[in-house]
Amino acid sequence: MSIPLSDFLLLAPEIFVLSMACIILVVEAFVGAQRPHLSYVLSLLTLLVAALLTWNMLDTERVVVLGGTFIHDPMAALLKTSIFLIVIGAFVYARSFHTSKGPLRGEYYVLGLFAVLGMMVMISAHSLLTIYLGLELLSLSLYAMVAFDRDSPLASEAAMKYFVLGALASGMLLYGMSMLYGATGSLDLAEIAAALSGPGENSMILIFGLCFIVVGLAFKFGAVPFHMWVPDVYDGAPTAVTLFIGSAPKIAAFAMAMRLLVESMGSLAVDWQAMLVIMSVLSLALGNLIAIAQTNIKRMLAYSTISHVGFLLLGLLAGTTEGYSAAMFYAITYALMAIGGFGMIILISRAGYEANQLDDFKGLNDRSPWFAFMMLILMFSMAGVPPTVGFYAKLSVLQAIIHVDMVWLALVAVFFSIIGAFYYIRLIKLMYFDKPETEAPLAVSTDMQMAISLNGLLVLGLGLFPGSLLALCASVLA
Amino acid sequence: MIDTPLLSLLIWLPIAGGVALLVMDALGNTACRQTALLVSIATFLLSTGLYSGFDITTAAMQFQENVPWIDAFNANYHLGVDGISMPLIILTTFTTVLVLLAGWQVIQTKTAQYMAAFLIMEGLMIGVFAALDAVLFYVFWEAMLVPMFLIIGIWGGPNRVYATIKFFLYTFFGSVFMLVALIYMYLKSGSFSILDFHMLSMSMTEQVLIFIAFLLAFAVKVPMWPVHTWLPDAHVEAPTGGSVILAAIMLKIGGYGFLRFSLPITPDASHALDWLIILMSLVAVVYIGFVALVQQDMKKLIAYSSIAHMGFVTLGIFLVFTLVDKNGSLQGAALGMEGGVVQMISHGFISGALFLCVGVLYDRMHSRQINDYGGVVNTMPVFAAFMVFFAMANAGLPGTSGFVGEFMVILASFKANFWFAFLAATTLILGAAYSLWMVKRVVFGDVANDNVQALEDINAREFVILATLAGAVLLFGLWPAPLIEVMHASVDNLLAHVSVSKLPVQETGVALLNAVQP
Repeated sequence: MSIPLSDFLLLAPEIFVLSMACIILVVEAFVGAQRPHLSYVLSLLTLLVAALLTWNMLDTERVVVLGGTFIHDPMAALLKTSIFLIVIGAFVYARSFHTSKGPLRGEYYVLGLFAVLGMMVMISAHSLLTIYLGLELLSLSLYAMVAFDRDSPLASEAAMKYFVLGALASGMLLYGMSMLYGATGSLDLAEIAAALSGPGENSMILIFGLCFIVVGLAFKFGAVPFHMWVPDVYDGAPTAVTLFIGSAPKIAAFAMAMRLLVESMGSLAVDWQAMLVIMSVLSLALGNLIAIAQTNIKRMLAYSTISHVGFLLLGLLAGTTEGYSAAMFYAITYALMAIGGFGMIILISRAGYEANQLDDFKGLNDRSPWFAFMMLILMFSMAGVPPTVGFYAKLSVLQAIIHVDMVWLALVAVFFSIIGAFYYIRLIKLMYFDKPETEAPLAVSTDMQMAISLNGLLVLGLGLFPGSLLALCASVLA
Repeated sequence: MIDTPLLSLLIWLPIAGGVALLVMDALGNTACRQTALLVSIATFLLSTGLYSGFDITTAAMQFQENVPWIDAFNANYHLGVDGISMPLIILTTFTTVLVLLAGWQVIQTKTAQYMAAFLIMEGLMIGVFAALDAVLFYVFWEAMLVPMFLIIGIWGGPNRVYATIKFFLYTFFGSVFMLVALIYMYLKSGSFSILDFHMLSMSMTEQVLIFIAFLLAFAVKVPMWPVHTWLPDAHVEAPTGGSVILAAIMLKIGGYGFLRFSLPITPDASHALDWLIILMSLVAVVYIGFVALVQQDMKKLIAYSSIAHMGFVTLGIFLVFTLVDKNGSLQGAALGMEGGVVQMISHGFISGALFLCVGVLYDRMHSRQINDYGGVVNTMPVFAAFMVFFAMANAGLPGTSGFVGEFMVILASFKANFWFAFLAATTLILGAAYSLWMVKRVVFGDVANDNVQALEDINAREFVILATLAGAVLLFGLWPAPLIEVMHASVDNLLAHVSVSKLPVQETGVALLNAVQP
């Protein structure tokens, strides 16, 4: 099989990220000790260039290359670009993070880049094999990142939990894929779709395969009842890693769901919709209710993630283009809010003190009105209060759901978002209405200040003018 | 006049001013206060342009601005006012000036943030009244909660956290269901324009469900019995300025919602369920009136009196169906509705003034308990005169604006049903009882204790605030014509809307008003 050179142009971002990740690994190994910031700067540059490369490919049409294993379409370009931008934010925040042994070492950025590569492969996968390949590259990098602070028992425990449960979920996914392969005789997503849409019995094996695949997906999303790992991993991992896990991989998980459920198993929509309805209602309920009981902010945000995933699944299960673009908008904007939220936790930490309690936010308005205001925007955005972008994310999902006559689901969703509003505004209460417990000034580096401000203002700005991003999400699916 | 985007200026000037204040925090409190006051006065002066340029002969939306905003939802930045919203906007700009003045000396912590919160709040409230697009309306409506949440929570009393979280969650609860209703109508009509919603034809089931969703949102905001319990808490804990804005304007937004959304969009459901609203309103008037009577805390007393007075507003608005059924024509139906709107404006002045009076006392004595006072008239004669005057107005004394609205609503309810009028009229006794009894215990009698003996009378700043409000109360009490003239065309238009059934042609039933032509 000969592959024309032009096909490789479509893979330019992937190839670029891979080569740079290898180069940075070597650079880190040889000059990392003398120049601690070199790999950080190189990683940011890599992501920036990759983002530009990908953004330029937004207008190219849908092509499948490399013998049907790799797809390039506008959706992939948009999702990859947003992942690059989100990860740039994550890296900037992570640089200010201190483990018990000082600042993060360069391996963090290398592992981060490999995780990004995994996500890119997942997004562009057009075969069950590529999906699995990307997923494992992402997951293995994440397991290693969680264990980064290796002397911390909490982090090691979290990494072990994540690894065991993640391996189990990968196994489920693989098992499901093998059944799908057995039933259709192909790994190619388009061929699977063709085989499924043709006449033929909707055999038991397909439904079984679907079940296992949905379980694997739900695990990666962290949807109830496959959410058990989320709070422990979010809490145990160093905050710089939590912020990575909690943001960009959600976009990749969305892409995986789109490729697997919509593009290949679209004709089984009735079956997976019913499963998603259950998971989404449970996620909304459990995530929002349990978050109220948390005193640890990382655990609180973990449960909040679960509830957001419930909302995102609502968009997917609508089963319309409108719903998919709403879910995509939700995934991207949620990732933006999530890095902001976890970034704030890093911001109020200092060397030798890792903030993770809600009480650490007490009186932030007295210590720094500007950052308190940024956190206020982020929290109201997560609660879905306008004029922040979180409101439009919820609005478009609700609209898609009501459009397919599932008003009751919309009512369930808004009901739980009222409950959810409580724990977000409790954090605002701590920042604005309580007295600070410590007078220690915030030690914030300039790049961190700029990144947090940009992040907060973006959440507000997209809330005032959400039109272009909404239109973009709709157009890449059209 | 048409070409200047007056409404946009009114919305964004105070918001921009508020943001500027947050940035110039470092310049010191005096500079911040002066800037805030200047911005609010400029906004008020601008808003008078709405009145002078207003055409009272038409019910169409005026000062319209319409720019595409979010294509994906077909939502536009569409603003416009009619005779119902225009007076409320001027009330907002007017009240904000007074509120900023009232917080001049009291607020010493985070002054810039305080002033900024009120200015941003002002812009958002004007946005609520001016928005003609449902997404825009909802954005302003929800965003409004944020500054109020902070105002109560940062500058409020001892139990402020409980009060403000209760306030936020209560109102949030009400509004999210409205959002679902708005989306539903968008999918039916293809646009988020409120004026398109008015033309939408919907079956009875749809209308009833949408009516209930609106009711949840607006009843909490008004607030109507039995979802009123957040209000006394919020009022008691809020700083004086927050109480004034809450009572004078935020409560009106609920009443405005009924007029702009519930009645014209779901007329058949409103007709079928008007008994519910009338019942809730009468309970508010009578039961809450009694509750107000036994309050020991002045702010709580005024808060309960607000709920009772807002009961009049909703009663007046929803009397229209009974009136039409009884008379067979729209003649006279306007009376109750206009009474309701007049009552909203008048209650804005009077309750605001009463909260400011309590604020004046609280600043000096740091107590709101009626028992701590007595004989204030001996040490603060000028203030006592104002307080007695506003209490009289609150009781509906003829010659004050409080009388006009109450009288119109009672008259309308008498035409509708004797018992409505009978129950509504108990407010003449109850209102007088709780207002005057409070005045008797606080203002009159012998000097109760040394603290009262040491009180100083109001200064020039406080005098200006109270005198302005007293002037407004008297003006609209003696000469309400300008107010009623302005809203006349719009109220008639609304009635015409309400009288046409929105049911699809094949569905008949409760569309009793179909036969009636305006």
